Amino acid sequence: MKERVWIQDEGIDRGAEKLTPERIEKTINAVLGNEAGARLKAYVETCAHCGLCAEACHFYMSRDKDPRFSPVGKVKQTIWEMLDKKGKVSVEFMKQAVQVAQTECNLCRRCVQYCPFGIDIAYMMSLVRRIAHKLEITPLYIQDTAHSHSATMNQMWVKDDEWIDALHWQEDEIREELPAARIPLDKEGAEIMYSVIGPEPKFRTQLIYQAAAIMNETGCDWTMPATPGWDNSDMAMYTGDSEMMGRLKRMHFDTAARLRVKKIVMGECGHAFRSVYDTGNRVLGWRMPPVPVIHALEFYWDLLNSGKLKVAKKFEEPVTFHDPCNVVRGRGLHEKAREVVRAFCTNLVEMYPNKEHNYCCAAGGGVINCGPPFKNARVEGNRIKAEQLRATGVKVCIAPCHNCHGGLEDIIHKYKLDIELKFLGEIIYDCMEKPNAV
Amino acid sequence: MTQYSAWDWGVGSKTVADLSACDCDIEWREESLASPDGEQVAAVVKTGDAEFGVCVNGECWEPRYERVWYLKYSPDGRLTALANDQGDWTLCVNGEQWEEGYGFLWNTMFSKDGSVIACCVADSMTYGMVVDGVAWENLYANANNFILSPDGRKSAAVVQTVPLGQAEIFKFKEGVYSVAVDGEAWDVNFVNAWTPIFNTDTSLVAAQIRVNLFDYTIAVNGKPWAEIFNQVWEPRFHPKTNAVVAPVRVSGRWGMARDGKLIWQPTFFQVWQQQFNPSGDQLAAIVCPEYGRWTLAVDGKPWNTTFGDMVMDMTYSPDGRRLAALGKQDGKWTVFADDRPWSGQYDMCYAPVFSPDSAHVAARVEKQGRFTIVVNGKEYGTTFDQCFDPTFSPDSSKVLIRGIAGGKYQRIVEPVTQIIG
Repeated sequence: MKERVWIQDEGIDRGAEKLTPERIEKTINAVLGNEAGARLKAYVETCAHCGLCAEACHFYMSRDKDPRFSPVGKVKQTIWEMLDKKGKVSVEFMKQAVQVAQTECNLCRRCVQYCPFGIDIAYMMSLVRRIAHKLEITPLYIQDTAHSHSATMNQMWVKDDEWIDALHWQEDEIREELPAARIPLDKEGAEIMYSVIGPEPKFRTQLIYQAAAIMNETGCDWTMPATPGWDNSDMAMYTGDSEMMGRLKRMHFDTAARLRVKKIVMGECGHAFRSVYDTGNRVLGWRMPPVPVIHALEFYWDLLNSGKLKVAKKFEEPVTFHDPCNVVRGRGLHEKAREVVRAFCTNLVEMYPNKEHNYCCAAGGGVINCGPPFKNARVEGNRIKAEQLRATGVKVCIAPCHNCHGGLEDIIHKYKLDIELKFLGEIIYDCMEKPNAV
Repeated sequence: MTQYSAWDWGVGSKTVADLSACDCDIEWREESLASPDGEQVAAVVKTGDAEFGVCVNGECWEPRYERVWYLKYSPDGRLTALANDQGDWTLCVNGEQWEEGYGFLWNTMFSKDGSVIACCVADSMTYGMVVDGVAWENLYANANNFILSPDGRKSAAVVQTVPLGQAEIFKFKEGVYSVAVDGEAWDVNFVNAWTPIFNTDTSLVAAQIRVNLFDYTIAVNGKPWAEIFNQVWEPRFHPKTNAVVAPVRVSGRWGMARDGKLIWQPTFFQVWQQQFNPSGDQLAAIVCPEYGRWTLAVDGKPWNTTFGDMVMDMTYSPDGRRLAALGKQDGKWTVFADDRPWSGQYDMCYAPVFSPDSAHVAARVEKQGRFTIVVNGKEYGTTFDQCFDPTFSPDSSKVLIRGIAGGKYQRIVEPVTQIIG
């Protein structure tokens, strides 16, 4: 086996300088004792050590089946040791455990499907992250993102006015093409609140433009908030800061409730969907989202099947489709997504395995958000995805998730794949009927 | 607009405006907004190439702007809009703009009586508030969580007092945020601060704070409670004693603390949006007593009527003896008051409104795309394409209904008895 590389990260290393064995022990036992409870006990006592989870993991497969990168191997290097030693683990152990849990597991839950007992290893990695949060040894860049969430209620330090200004700007832009188009801000009683993630107003405003074009040309009654609460993303969920996750989701749902919308439609983001549809609402006491949440993939499908969204031309170049974990394993949107892709694209070339068995992009679960120190390791950890993509032989990959874009972009570059990435909305915008365009 | 008591409370209806009529050429008309007294209906209108105005009862304001948005009526009936001309933003009040222009203005706020109007301001990359056209003397690197006191005398916001570079996570943890009142920051910083609020005489401000990455509490005029909690939500002042209450989370469950000490035991899965009644002798909140079920609790005791989806807009009656809120179950909304739900179920309900004598409660509702108002659970016979919140007359015997149907805006005054039978 190759020598294990432990990566330097300022957040982990400087944070660890303040750790003591007593604090580590107390924190681990508090989290495992007070927060994990029966679920963790059941998992630990049920695991038969069969190793069937191993081949489910892209890190394991990409690293020549090194068992240290198997799901069970990650548990062994983290939670099991903490339990065995009753929290009496070293500072060095904790630093390594953070790297394993925070950067070598995407919480993609593929392995859950291969475990004969359905043990959720992602849950156990989340517990390690929770312990790291309490010990203040979370990697630097994702911690900074969590700080942004806490201070601005969005992921990218976007100030209140910058958000509104970005929407005004996109509204001006879109009127060059669709003169009567609007991005209605804070419209009380609209049917839809459209929410996005922080990077859209900051770096990817064209996605807001394209969404606005789709909303306007399909006659949707929609709005976007003019206040914090517009961002549906949630890196706090991935740093183990569940209190901040709750604060963010409360703001999001309170905003939708204030605007009296019937539903929230969210852009093409996977992790945000997990937070809004699954974890964030539930940490607040809601079994399901209090305002229905519709992911963009489902929204496109609804528009297409209701006849509001019409195909003007087909995207002729062969495409493949990457299934994001959180909306496919987490919501089962793979068939609806394919129906939309087939409606707009002449030739969909499947990658295998696919749908709920698809390999993760290796960026999700907050891994890409841990930033440059971990980039090379992350990209090396997803060779199998590169092989999957290469085998399709296509030059265009549709990836309806921001993190997937980031992760796939990196492996496309590293493994010289010559593939262009697209959001599905981008293709729809290009190929749909736009009766009001000039 | 005249005083509330002097509004036209004569029973009857009238068409105030035909929405298709405007004294200027318009390309489109945006969302309509009715004045509190019902005598006006206004909308942002596009009057030309990159040119917008405001149309009130068929008459357009002059001048026009490159952009006009955030149309709001103040409680005293003045119509405000944020407007941009050649890069400068201003606030227009009844068509007259503030003298000063700013880099950006947003989030117009009003004092309770509407006499004071404030906005958030960003200018030259600094942030603060503008009150009646005058900006804070000190602006900050960032500000948010803005608030104007109910009497309009003071304004406050969470402000960033220390420069913070990219990914300076350790500096962040030392605390770079505070609360500024009228532009003057507290002399202490915290890791985070949220939702500042004033007491009745505006001498005190309370806010949620985070003192490290996982310890939360409440600070009053910069002084934190001695007690630390796993989580807190928005603080509220007692209307008379200045005691501060806030939902707090202890060992995974939520309760209520007053000045740091628990007054509701932490037994709930959630507690938020607490309010004192006007006299301060009762405290109520939205609670989740059983996972996934929502209701109200009064002085810590939950009601029996629960909802699975959501509860919001808890409202006290003026006499403080009654409470109403909205509940949602299986996607349908209703109003529940005095622990009893109305029989009607709606696609949407708006915040309940009590009559001045506290005897009646009304709400705007939507069903199958049509709007109307409901009083004490009885639907008004007429539906509208759009309607606005109902208002009771000062003697509680009549209700003002403002609605749009067939492109015409109507003002209707109905006896309450006509609706409830």
